[in-house]
Amino acid sequence: MSVSMNPVLKLLIDGGSLTTGQMAQVAGLTEAEVDQHLAQLKKDKIFLGWRPVLDLSREAAAAAAVRGVIEVKVTPERGGGFNRFAERIARFDEVESCYLMSGGYDLLVFVRGASLQKVAGFVSEKLSSVEGVLSTSTHFMLRCYKEQGFLLDGDDSQGTRLTVAP
Amino acid sequence: MSTDPNRWVAGHIATLPKSGIRDFFELVAKMKGQDVISLGVGEPDFVTPWHIREAAIYALEHGKTYYTSNLGMPELRKAISAYVEQHFGVSYRPEDQVIVTVGVSEALDLAFRAFCNPGDKVMFHQPCYVSYQPSITLVHGQAIAVPTYAKDNFALTAEALRAAWQPGAKMLMLNLPCNPTGGTCTREQLQKIADFCREKDLLVLSDEIYSELTFEGTHTSIASFPGLAERTIFLHGFSKAFAMTGWRIGYACGPAVLIDAMMKVHQYAMMCASIIAQEGALEALKNGRDQVLKMREQYHRRRDLIVRRFNEIGLKCHSPRGSFYAFPDVTPSGLSEKEFAVGLLEKEKVAVVPGTAFGENGRGHVRACFATAYDQMIVACDRMERFVQGARSGR
Repeated sequence: MSVSMNPVLKLLIDGGSLTTGQMAQVAGLTEAEVDQHLAQLKKDKIFLGWRPVLDLSREAAAAAAVRGVIEVKVTPERGGGFNRFAERIARFDEVESCYLMSGGYDLLVFVRGASLQKVAGFVSEKLSSVEGVLSTSTHFMLRCYKEQGFLLDGDDSQGTRLTVAP
Repeated sequence: MSTDPNRWVAGHIATLPKSGIRDFFELVAKMKGQDVISLGVGEPDFVTPWHIREAAIYALEHGKTYYTSNLGMPELRKAISAYVEQHFGVSYRPEDQVIVTVGVSEALDLAFRAFCNPGDKVMFHQPCYVSYQPSITLVHGQAIAVPTYAKDNFALTAEALRAAWQPGAKMLMLNLPCNPTGGTCTREQLQKIADFCREKDLLVLSDEIYSELTFEGTHTSIASFPGLAERTIFLHGFSKAFAMTGWRIGYACGPAVLIDAMMKVHQYAMMCASIIAQEGALEALKNGRDQVLKMREQYHRRRDLIVRRFNEIGLKCHSPRGSFYAFPDVTPSGLSEKEFAVGLLEKEKVAVVPGTAFGENGRGHVRACFATAYDQMIVACDRMERFVQGARSGR
């Protein structure tokens, strides 16, 4: 990471849950300057938005907890390749993430739904019916162990660190 | 006949003072469960990178549970030799110029036991790590403290060294960057110290445990100056840079005859360092560089934050070029370092360590460790600000 990188972007990449006030303190800026950096990063389409990282296996967060991963094979279009398909598929609300892949399939699509039926319905009715889609292979996620850098059982314990040490 | 068990304690142990940090630890321990933010630790807040832990697990799974060579696993010594040459510019033969030890602390103990006759004089700069002076006392040596000062950003100067020197001085103990001050020396300052060591024929013990955590410029080892490797024991380990404090693994490099002398003590006292820790250390040297740089970048930003806040609060604090310690002057609060640390703990639940725990020259200062998460550090600084304001207004 370059030392001259935008200091607010650095803190965002670090993934800490700092408020803008805390970011200002860490980066040695005023809160207004942090807001300006964030606005500029949004304008440059680098910073797209905030989203919490949740453990959806917990009861309180159990809504919309069924997640599927779908491998999609498509016929690339002359002149446009895979982009038109990918952009079209990515626009569905059910789609959380969509990637163009190398290897045995073309698109990897992460989908979230309120129930297994909802996700299955999305695949059979929406996704597989998009013109040019050759096949889909759907996998349902059974259990999550790590989500976007966070271990679900909590980070490795630091509770054993002494409070005062030489 | 006396029944006091003290009659069996050796005289020089009975009179050896307990570490000042111990008293403070007891005080903090009493406040358990009271939302204390501790800036009093002397170790990274990062857990050892997973790939290192995993390598140790793998070693156990594959039955690596035996003693190793007294000097340490040959593969690890080779890796240490290559690492030291690459990062410190000094070349050591893995066969007979490198010894793997149980942390730098053991390496230091070996060196004192191997080189210090009763009555030999050992110079060391102060404030310093808590064990240096007692380690000299334990081998019946004479400790000569060389002061470092806030005005020099706690760098050791050849002038101070010369002023403190006494005829018959045999060794010089260095720790740059320094715990607790974060002080270090420029290349020019180090050159003068190297010249002084040559002039006075001093053996140098150089503890460079914080060298990877140098934020500005590059770290220079005194062993890299012409003619110095021949009179230097280079001490290093994995605790700080690789966040491996609890593994207790370090090493010493130096002239073969001197390493052999240290090995004699090591083979009878310790036999060898734990094979599990050695396996972890090997993985750290092979694949740990990226994580070290990542952690260093974090410490760098945390240092900038804490030093800026201390100066805003009115506690004069130099920017330590290395380590993860800030060493602010707390006298503007009108309190001594001990009153400050105790008051801050009792009133605002923030733990820092009084500077005098690191020797007389730490008077007027406290050590604050910035190996602490941002949000904790921000709250700790806010609480300190309130405490200083209260102290100044006599509350």
